[in-house]
Amino acid sequence: MKSLQQCASERILIIDGAMGTMIQRYKLQESDYRGERFKDYHTDVKGNSDLLSITQPQIIEAIHREYLEAGADIIETNTFSSTVIAQADYDMQDLAAEMNTASVTIARRAADDYTRRNPDKPRFVAGAIGPLNKTLSISPDVNNPGFRSVTFDEVVNAYYEQVKALSEAGADILLIETIFDTLNAKGAIFAIKKYFRESGKPELPVMISGTITDASGRTLSGQTLEAFYISVMHAKPFSIGLNCALGGNQMRPYIEELSQIAGCYVSCYPNAGLPNTFGEYDEQPHETAHIIEEFAREGFVNIVGGCCGTTPDHIRHMAEHVKSIQPRPLPVKEATLA
Amino acid sequence: MNTTRTIKPYLRLSGLEPLVVRPETNFINVGERTNVTGSKKFARLIREGLFEEALSVARQQVESGAQVLDVNMDDALLDGEKAMTTFLNLLASEPDISRIPVMIDSSKFSVIEAGLKCLQGKCIVNSISLKEGEEKFIEQAVICQSYGASVVVMAFDENGQADTLEKRVSFCHRAYKILVDKVGFDPQDIIFDPNIFAIATGIEEHNNYAVDFIEACRQIKQLMPLAKISGGVSNVSFSFRGNDVVREAMHSVFLLHAIKAGLDMGIVNAGMIQIYDEIEPQLRELCEDAILNRREDATERLINFAETVKAKGKVVEKDEAWRNGTVEERLSHALVNGITDYIEADTEEARLKYPRPLEVIEGPLMDGMNIVGDLFGSGKMFLPQVVKSARVMKKSVAVLTPYIEAEKAKLVAENGGQIKSAGKILLATVKGDVHDIGKNIVGVVLGCNGYDIIDLGVMVPAEKILQTAREQEVDIIGLSGLITPSLDEMVHIARELKRQQFNIPLLIGGATTSRTHTAVKIAPEYENGVVHVLDASRSVTVTGNLLNKALNKNFLEEVKGEYVKLNEAFRNKRPVKQYLPIAEARKNKVQIDWEKFNPVKPAFIGTKTFDHYDLAEIVKYIDWQPFFISWELHGKFPQILEDAVVGKEATRLFNDAQEMLRRIVEEKWLRARAVIGIFPANSNGVDTVHATTEDGAVIPLESLRQQVKKAPGQPNFCLADFIAPASTGKQDYIGGFAVTAGEGIEKHLDKFKAEHDDYSSIMLKALADRMAEAFTELMHERVRKEFWGYANQEHLNNDQLIKEEYMGIRPAPGYPACPEHTEKYKLFDMLGATEATGIILTESLAMYPASSVSGWYFAHPESKYFGLGKIEKDQLEDYAERKGWTIEEAERWLRPSLEYDI
Repeated sequence: MKSLQQCASERILIIDGAMGTMIQRYKLQESDYRGERFKDYHTDVKGNSDLLSITQPQIIEAIHREYLEAGADIIETNTFSSTVIAQADYDMQDLAAEMNTASVTIARRAADDYTRRNPDKPRFVAGAIGPLNKTLSISPDVNNPGFRSVTFDEVVNAYYEQVKALSEAGADILLIETIFDTLNAKGAIFAIKKYFRESGKPELPVMISGTITDASGRTLSGQTLEAFYISVMHAKPFSIGLNCALGGNQMRPYIEELSQIAGCYVSCYPNAGLPNTFGEYDEQPHETAHIIEEFAREGFVNIVGGCCGTTPDHIRHMAEHVKSIQPRPLPVKEATLA
Repeated sequence: MNTTRTIKPYLRLSGLEPLVVRPETNFINVGERTNVTGSKKFARLIREGLFEEALSVARQQVESGAQVLDVNMDDALLDGEKAMTTFLNLLASEPDISRIPVMIDSSKFSVIEAGLKCLQGKCIVNSISLKEGEEKFIEQAVICQSYGASVVVMAFDENGQADTLEKRVSFCHRAYKILVDKVGFDPQDIIFDPNIFAIATGIEEHNNYAVDFIEACRQIKQLMPLAKISGGVSNVSFSFRGNDVVREAMHSVFLLHAIKAGLDMGIVNAGMIQIYDEIEPQLRELCEDAILNRREDATERLINFAETVKAKGKVVEKDEAWRNGTVEERLSHALVNGITDYIEADTEEARLKYPRPLEVIEGPLMDGMNIVGDLFGSGKMFLPQVVKSARVMKKSVAVLTPYIEAEKAKLVAENGGQIKSAGKILLATVKGDVHDIGKNIVGVVLGCNGYDIIDLGVMVPAEKILQTAREQEVDIIGLSGLITPSLDEMVHIARELKRQQFNIPLLIGGATTSRTHTAVKIAPEYENGVVHVLDASRSVTVTGNLLNKALNKNFLEEVKGEYVKLNEAFRNKRPVKQYLPIAEARKNKVQIDWEKFNPVKPAFIGTKTFDHYDLAEIVKYIDWQPFFISWELHGKFPQILEDAVVGKEATRLFNDAQEMLRRIVEEKWLRARAVIGIFPANSNGVDTVHATTEDGAVIPLESLRQQVKKAPGQPNFCLADFIAPASTGKQDYIGGFAVTAGEGIEKHLDKFKAEHDDYSSIMLKALADRMAEAFTELMHERVRKEFWGYANQEHLNNDQLIKEEYMGIRPAPGYPACPEHTEKYKLFDMLGATEATGIILTESLAMYPASSVSGWYFAHPESKYFGLGKIEKDQLEDYAERKGWTIEEAERWLRPSLEYDI
């Protein structure tokens, strides 16, 4: 079976679309989120999507299968918020590790099933590592710019637990995504390096995906794209890219810049356009696919997919549009300055 | 489409923005002043927790061109980890500073790691080494790598520092192999510091240090071409401390060779600015000999030469080759270099060459000034140089003016037309205030940029400002002020502008003004544009934006938006501090055990007057740092003279100041007068001190008490706490003083004005201010040791005096410990100050002449300076009653100190 590296060198890989958008279609209620196990839980848990990997695993698996059916090479685990820090919102810190394990198990089962059916197109599970709801570079208190609601060590510990659980449960890739504060991402990278150093296990490929929040072309924590890339290069990532916040059209100049400076593969999974006044995404599958196809033809990208508002239909169109286009070749890393 | 790209192994760093070190990248400046070991000022700010001000040190570094910011918190009195964390976290919220990468500088690895936890960008760790063995080295390198930092590796091994060529190269190579092969470091992320040591020390073994370093650079780059090299350049000339001509030349020669051999970055001093080709040939040759160790007597010859240079001052200035250029080239050279020697003849020559006199201004003169503007804008020229350029410009224009006027008169006569300039700007120091150094600098800088300046001078009433603005149809009004009551006057003017329906923008500047005050108090009063201007260099951009029709609207909208936000932030912020009722605050007074303390009986009681005080004596007490600040050169004295960026200009300014000071003293330009007084006094145990004058009158001196809730163990300070209460039965004393060094200044200012010499005019005012402060310091010392004599054993040098290491304090009414100005009336009455010294109080309680200082003396060893902070209404009411004021009067005088809105 071909490795991830081999696949990436041969074609543009497809990463799946939104998990949240798909979960919304099920119109789940508080009791659905709780399931049998948490029926008496002391806080409301509706909205804790990651919990569904424990209480409604069949729904999560069905969504994964829809994306695999649509042609996704890489599916993301349902673990965007599976850290002790993010789960504190629901007082479910103790369940964070279990959520990671359960989510990988579900995704693994679905992916392996599809790989078995067509070994020429192996499917990969990316353990999703979200940005946390607390930031290390930005003070939540405008009156006290030196204040931080969380410490670097706390962030590292939270990510360490997640990385350990994702890796031990069998993820193929670790995906640090939707980065709006680079220092949080550096905490995740620190945790990953620490985990593999201490466990002695072979390192998993790391995908890094930042978020440019608006037309300023900077991350929320103020870095330009190149500064952001330089700040995370030490992860020696498998890919660097952008996701969320912007639609493909708005993302174009930044993806183009990344394609020029990145020494690794470039990924791009935008939202389905910008949200309308009701917060809904209107960009149709063929429209998104058209934008992505252009990126592919320009030689900007290696891995494409969708974020908020995208569906299996978007992914199917995208896969169709890029399947005969050559991926961006990896740049040659020169050994001398001359 | 799919062409394969290549990625070069460059050192890449980042703050909010990237810094990529390419082979063509010039030598990289590392900003050195955010370092507690190198900057006493920064150390003090950090120790006292004044992080806001500490940030301004960082900002100044960035503004003056630092590409990397070195941050060091290694001080025995500091919790280094905590200080590093706090400072870097605060830095993160200042995008104009955090755009450049940080170099975390510490000899303690725990402090380095604390710093690494705060930085989102890719930083440099300075430093790690093999000093403590390979295991420790690897451990620390792995940690740096996990945070994604580049590292400076010092050329050390287990036995010490590398001091020979072989050791430098072999230590570095050993470290390199460990980092690359064992730790997996990217070679381009390794920066070596192969130890720059002093040469020409007289010790023979030191003679080859520079050669060794340079050769080490070459060999390191040969062996490890991707690694970078850094160093502390000024070390090399350490043995010539105090002789900047030689040091600059040595640095220049050293850098030429070291950079060629591979030096990439470092902390450098003013020598950087000296251009190799411009070093006087003989000196250059001698430096080459010493740096390259080319002859045995190189040190001796350089030392001999150094002595002649020292005696003669700068020898380099005599290059007259520029006189051979065209008249345009000569004018440009004179403007850029601030040389007035030939300007009149050159201008006359140009006038004869051009068809119209105005074309000389619009042509060669403006071309020259544009160069000056560009250099200033890009940080390659500094304010004193610009002011000198302006002096040249003014002199030249003065030659042309009669011809232009004649032509204008002819034009007007022929066409009845009018001629309009780039813009007319009215400048004034507001009513009640006499300080104008900053305003004059703004006038000069704007004048250079082609604006017509109408300077109404000092103490200008609002009516006059408005009336002139209307009659002269000015485009912008700029207000300046230094003392706190001026802030209210500015608010008043803003209201008047609105009432009288003006629609031109208002600029606010001066030492007490701030962006926040402007946003909160002034901007809401006038909607047609209020902009705070931080310093003279900003005034040009602000004015440019305001007078450009295309930019004007956007710019004002932007500023307005920013001020609305500041205003909101300010209002949201305020409830954070808790205040005590005044009765509670009084209970938490300074605890002084009066049982055990016996006030020292002064050697005399009453007042003593001094006139024509020896100026030479006063000069010894000058604190130079504020002098440089008034020229917008920020930094600690004397280190500023060797600063990498401004050092050369600071030195030149200092030399000019010394020269003028010599003339002030020798030709007695100023008359120094003072009066001091010591009076029996006791406090009432609360906030009032009763002092008895010579004629037996008892004067109640009122003070204010801090009301903010303090940390446990911290008292709510009030000046009255430092005087023994009457209830103790012990007789205590309070002193007072008023000194001036401003009398006689006008005559000389008028002379400079007539000569179009703003540079000398500003210089004289700045020096007179320093003299007044120095005189104050001197008198205070004499009071402590002699007239009061409570510290007759004191032996302090000027540095210690400046650092306020003496016993007792001398707070001035209107300043932080006692911000209410009207107590100055009592002080002046008790001293008979106006009669004794000629100092007059304006209606805003500013002193005239401006170069004057007055205040109280407190002798108790526990007395200390503090800031009152904000007070609540209950204290204000109490204070009004004590002063016999209405609430409104009290609020007017104390407005800047009120915690509440009125």
